[in-house]
Amino acid sequence: MAAHAWLVPLLPLVAYVFLLVLGRRAPEWLVAGVSTALTFISFLLSLGVFRDAGQPATYTFPWLHVGSYTLEAGIQVTRLNALMLVVVSAVSTLVLLFSKGYMHGDERFAVFYQYLNLFVFSMLALVIAPNLLQLYIFWEMVGLCSYLLVGFWFFKPEAALAAKKSFIVTRIGDAGLFAGIIMLFLASGSFDVTTVLQAAANHQLHLGWISNDGLLVLTAILVFVGAVGKSAQFPLHVWLPDAMEGPTPVSALIHAATMVAAGVYLVARMYPLFAASQAALTTVAWIGGFTALLAALIALTQRDIKRVIAYSTISQLGYMMLGLGVGAYAAGVFHLFTHAFFKALLFLAAGSLIHALGTQDLFEMGGLRRKMPVTFWTFLAGALSLSGIFPFAGFWSKDDILAGALRHGHPALYAIGLVTAFCTAYYIFRAFFLAFAGPARDAEKHARAHEGGWVMTVPLVILGILATIAGFFNSPLNGYGLGKFLTPDLSLYQTGLGGYMAPERADVTVMLISVLVGLAGIALAAALYARPAAVDRIASEGKAEDIGPLYRLSYRKFYFDEIYYAVVVAPGKFIAAVVDGFDRYVVDGLVHLVRRIVYLAGLCLKYTQTGQVQAYGTVAAVALVVIIAIAMIRAGGVF
Amino acid sequence: MGGAGAIQVPATSLLALAAILFCIGLYGALTRRNLIIVLVSIELMLNAANINLVTFSRLGASPGLHGQVFALFTITVAAAEIAVGLALLLAAFRTRRSTHVEDMDQHKW
Repeated sequence: MAAHAWLVPLLPLVAYVFLLVLGRRAPEWLVAGVSTALTFISFLLSLGVFRDAGQPATYTFPWLHVGSYTLEAGIQVTRLNALMLVVVSAVSTLVLLFSKGYMHGDERFAVFYQYLNLFVFSMLALVIAPNLLQLYIFWEMVGLCSYLLVGFWFFKPEAALAAKKSFIVTRIGDAGLFAGIIMLFLASGSFDVTTVLQAAANHQLHLGWISNDGLLVLTAILVFVGAVGKSAQFPLHVWLPDAMEGPTPVSALIHAATMVAAGVYLVARMYPLFAASQAALTTVAWIGGFTALLAALIALTQRDIKRVIAYSTISQLGYMMLGLGVGAYAAGVFHLFTHAFFKALLFLAAGSLIHALGTQDLFEMGGLRRKMPVTFWTFLAGALSLSGIFPFAGFWSKDDILAGALRHGHPALYAIGLVTAFCTAYYIFRAFFLAFAGPARDAEKHARAHEGGWVMTVPLVILGILATIAGFFNSPLNGYGLGKFLTPDLSLYQTGLGGYMAPERADVTVMLISVLVGLAGIALAAALYARPAAVDRIASEGKAEDIGPLYRLSYRKFYFDEIYYAVVVAPGKFIAAVVDGFDRYVVDGLVHLVRRIVYLAGLCLKYTQTGQVQAYGTVAAVALVVIIAIAMIRAGGVF
Repeated sequence: MGGAGAIQVPATSLLALAAILFCIGLYGALTRRNLIIVLVSIELMLNAANINLVTFSRLGASPGLHGQVFALFTITVAAAEIAVGLALLLAAFRTRRSTHVEDMDQHKW
């Protein structure tokens, strides 16, 4: 099946072209039907590819000849790639189906599906890219699609700004990645991922005066910068919450499958490079841990349901980075896998709420348990999974990461992870109780609320089931099957990490502690937001009265946007103003000066233009005589 | 050239005549206000050129009739030119009610 893996990204591309040509004239059911069906076939093919995945299978053809180097394009199917294909196509299919209901009636319905298909195509193609340059091309296409989709409602100024912000902030990371790719090419003489990783693992990178170890750290960090931008890690995390301005299915796609997953995937794909340098791994782990905690603290007080979930994404991506950084490769990828399902679920459930109520403000919701039972139960499954409660999917993967941190000698990171787990359980259940428990805080909106059609509920239910059971793919119950499946990818390289890739047996104490911490978070949220006595307190929080400095610090997202504005944007604007002034008054001034001189000269000379042919004739005749006279004198006289 | 009994006019005299004729024509073309006179002056200059052609055809290593033939051509072209010139003059007169050169100044600044 691996030889047919190129069909997987091709089908969404076919859907894209179809919509490009016929989309505007086609009815909604056809647009959504074709897109969903083709992506679903992609998913089935991915399953086939996944089933047969073994040794890396590469299929390439020569693409460009530059000097003596031949750049090849094609596909490569490794175990990690095959897994990603399945996750991306599965989540995408459900999101495409869900969008049919959510975007119903939008006048650019077909355009929305076009972008979604292109997005899915880019991500699938990125995942199976055999060389770094091809990966980078699709990496940028993913960024472009996210720009288009975040700014889909571009007539809203916030959406246009958010799209711009996401594009520019991720671009900072992309610049790092590109520099890293160039350095890796110069150092190893190839763009081919396998070759590059082989050279890195064998410490055979050569570039000028830089030592091999220095080069490993430098390139790994540069590649990681790309991942930081894409996966919204600190300090480039600011774009992701703003990206909520896009339609909710886009958020689900960006957060679960196509955009932010690319960063974690990149680190996992380049893992032997990171593994060859302890410093790079430590950086990844600490950036991940710090981001996880930071985002969780911000999420504690957000009142926009999508923002709560957005920060939880950042936090969970931090977990994945932490897992990869401490050496728990399989756990990091596994968390990417489970996260895709429960995060897509949470977003689609949030989309269902927003669709029903027309608001994203948690304090305008409440009491929706009976009105929207499907959303209620599926959201609950997603929230439990996110909180890491046994036996939901998030429990297994998060626990793997925490156990990995402890096992590989990072107690500080384990503690950070545990605190984050507590915050996570608290904030997601805060959102949950605010949305579903208690009385309706906005009676009018509550009265209108209703469950969406089957296109919206079916994806929710499927994802709900997946969010519940996906954890068993890598649990002690099947002997950590996913980890065992993934690790042979790495055994091709001398990473020195072979010994501690997947745990052999479960650590029950660690599991018990994580579950208890999660339950404590839920209990705290329930105490604060679910009891009938809490109604008044919630009302005052809803009006933002009487909030302490810590609450404000969290609510204002630790003032990151303000700090970045002051440190980056404002100086940038100042420099731009200076340059603008220079251009306007010095460069343009010179041009205008020249123009003015010419103009004045013309003004003086125009009076010679009398329009009298005889005057011109006289001048010409006299001039001719003068010229002849001069010529004759120079020739030595007439006689 | 020239048969028996023909008066041999020196070439310098002929060239001087042509030069004087040309200058009169140039002066007329540049100073006269009436367009008809200007056209007549231009004819004078053309004829000065014709005299030069004929004169030079007698001189040189191989004297021949080429210069005289050329002069005939010039006369023909001059006839055509004066026809076109007079037609233009008429057209100009119809629109501007004047044949004066200083009135033809549309291209003034």
